[in-house]
Amino acid sequence: MDLSLIIMQLLSGIALGAVLVITALGLTIVFGMLGVVNFAHGALFMIGAYAGLYLASLTGSFWWGLLLAPILIGAFGMLIELVLIRRLYGRSIDDPLLLTFGLSYVLVEGVRIVFGSDGIPFPTPPQLIGVLDLGIGFFPRYRLFVIALVAVVLLVLWLTLEKTRVGLIVRAGARDPTIMQVLGVDIGRVWLAIFGLGVGLAALGGVLAGPMRSVNPEMGSLVLAEAFVVTVIGGLGSIVGAVVAGLMVGISISLVALFAPEMATIVMFALMAVVLLIRPQGLFGVRGRTA
Amino acid sequence: MTHPSSGEALAKPVPGGLGRLLDHRVLLSIAVLAILPWLLPSKALAVNVLIYGVVVMGYNLLFGYTGLLSFGQAAFFGAGAYFTGIAIGRYGVPWFAAVAIAVFLSTCLAALIGIISTRTRGIYFSMVTLALAQLVYYVALQASSFTGGENGLRGFTVDRISLFGLQVNFLDPVNKYYVLMAFAALAMWFQSRILNSPFGAVIEAIRENEQRARACGYDVERSKLVVFMLSGAISSLGGCMLALHLSIVPLDILHYQTSGMIVMMVLLGGARSFFGPFVGAASFLILEDVISLWTPHWQIFVGAIFVLFVLFLPKGIWGTLLDTLGIGKARR
Repeated sequence: MDLSLIIMQLLSGIALGAVLVITALGLTIVFGMLGVVNFAHGALFMIGAYAGLYLASLTGSFWWGLLLAPILIGAFGMLIELVLIRRLYGRSIDDPLLLTFGLSYVLVEGVRIVFGSDGIPFPTPPQLIGVLDLGIGFFPRYRLFVIALVAVVLLVLWLTLEKTRVGLIVRAGARDPTIMQVLGVDIGRVWLAIFGLGVGLAALGGVLAGPMRSVNPEMGSLVLAEAFVVTVIGGLGSIVGAVVAGLMVGISISLVALFAPEMATIVMFALMAVVLLIRPQGLFGVRGRTA
Repeated sequence: MTHPSSGEALAKPVPGGLGRLLDHRVLLSIAVLAILPWLLPSKALAVNVLIYGVVVMGYNLLFGYTGLLSFGQAAFFGAGAYFTGIAIGRYGVPWFAAVAIAVFLSTCLAALIGIISTRTRGIYFSMVTLALAQLVYYVALQASSFTGGENGLRGFTVDRISLFGLQVNFLDPVNKYYVLMAFAALAMWFQSRILNSPFGAVIEAIRENEQRARACGYDVERSKLVVFMLSGAISSLGGCMLALHLSIVPLDILHYQTSGMIVMMVLLGGARSFFGPFVGAASFLILEDVISLWTPHWQIFVGAIFVLFVLFLPKGIWGTLLDTLGIGKARR
C-alpha cells in the first residue's frame, strides 16, 4: 500500500485521538482527584456539542460557541457536584457512578425534549473549510486545527499543573486530601473546581467533535465507551496515560479502518483486552489503587 | 463443625414469624409469580417481569451478593437470546435443546469476559465490563449474516411445543407464561442453592472484606470468576426466555443501555435480597408503562427516580421493606 496514504491516515488518527484525549482527560482528572468516575461524561460531551451548536448559531460565530460552551457546561458540572455528587462522599465508591448513570438518562432525554431526537449537522467554521496540501496529500483544515488546539490546551494544562501554585494544591490534594485540609486548604472548593474542569473538557471535546461527526442525543454513549477504553489503557488517574492511550486508540482505529473497515470499532476493545492481560493497572497506572 | 465463614455462621436464626416464612423463599417467590398475571394489567407485562426478573436475579448474584458492579450484563442476556434464536432458526435444534446450548455457550462467553475483567478491581471492573460488553454489541452488529445485524434476529418462531408428549399451544399468553415460569422457578432454585452453599458465604465474605477473605485462604480471583460465570448463566436463561417469547431478538438487547436498565432494576428492587430483582423489574416496567402513557419522554422520569433512589433509598423498595419489618439479612 502507498506510504503517503498511510501517513495521511495516521494524521486522521491523531485528529480522532486528539478529541479522545481531551474527553478522557476530563474523566481521568476527576477520578484522580475525587475518586469519582463520572458516568454522565458521555452525555455531557453530547450536551457540549449541542451547546456549541446553539451558541454558534446564536452569536453567528463558531468561535464564540467553542469558547463559551465549555465554560457554560463546566459551570453546569459544578452545579452537579454541588447539588448531587457532594452528598455521596464517604459512601461506597459505586454510588457516584450509579448516580451519574441515572443523571445521564435525564440529560439525554432532556436534550431530546429540547432539540428533538434526530441528528443535526454541525457546520464547519468557514475559515476552516476545505483541505490543505501537505505535499504528500490533502488534509482537512479543520482536523489540523483540532490537533493544534488540543496540543495548546494540553500545554496550558500541563504548565498550570506543574508550574503554578494552584497546580501544586491540586497535585497535593490528589495525593492526600486530609493533609491539605490540615494545612488550611478548602479541599471542597478544589474538588468543585476540578469537577467543573473535567466536565468542561468533556464539553470542549463535544464541540470539537461536532463538525467531524453528526450531533445527536445518542452520540455520548459511544464516546463514553471510548473514553473508558482510553482511561483503562492509559491507567485511571494518569494524565500522561490519557494522552498516550488516546492517540494510540485514535491511530489504531484509523489504520484498521484503512485495511478492514468493519473491524475499526472493535479494535480499541481488543487493544484494551490485551493491555489488561499484560498490565491490569493500565500503561501508566499505579498498582494497588484500582487493579 | 462450623467453619468461620460457612453458611451456618452467616445464617443466624432470626426470631419472628415473618422471618421464618422467608426460609421458603423459593416457594414463596414461585407462589407470587404464579398469580402475577392476574395482579398486573396485562399478560405481556407479566411475561416481561418474569424475563427481566430472571436476568436481574442473575445479576444480583454478582452485584448484590459479591459486590461487583458490572455494567456489561446485557452481553449475557443478549447472548442467551441470540444463541437460542440461531440454534432454532438456523440449525433447527428443538427448543429445549436450544435453550441448554444457549446457556452453555453464554457461560463460555462469561468465562472469557470474566477472565479479563475479574483481574481488575473497583471502578475499573465497571468500566472494563462495560467496554467488553460493547465489544460483544459491535461483533453482533458486524456479524450480520449470523445475527441479522441492525435489523435484529428474525426467522425463528416457536408456536407449539411438546411437553412430555403433551402438545402446548405456545401462542396462548397464559400457556406461554407458565412454561416460562418453569424456567424462572428453576433459576430461583439454582440461585437459592448457590446462596445457601459455602460458596455463597465466600462471595459475601469477598464483598464485606476482600483482604480478609484472601487472608482466610480463599482464592478470591477464582471465586470472582466462578460467580461471574454463574451470574452470566442465570441472566442468559432470561435471554433464552425472551427469544422464545418474542420470536425475534432486537440488537438493542446487547447495548449498554440494557446493562444500565438491569442495574437500575436491581437497585430499585433492592440489591442483595432474593425477591428484590423481581420487585425491581416489576417497578421499572410498570413505571415505564404508566409514564409512557402520557409522555414519550419517560426516560427522564425513570432517570430522576433512579437518582433519588441512589441518594435516599439505596436499599431499594424490597430491601427497605424487609429492613422496616426487621427481617434479618440472612433470610433475604
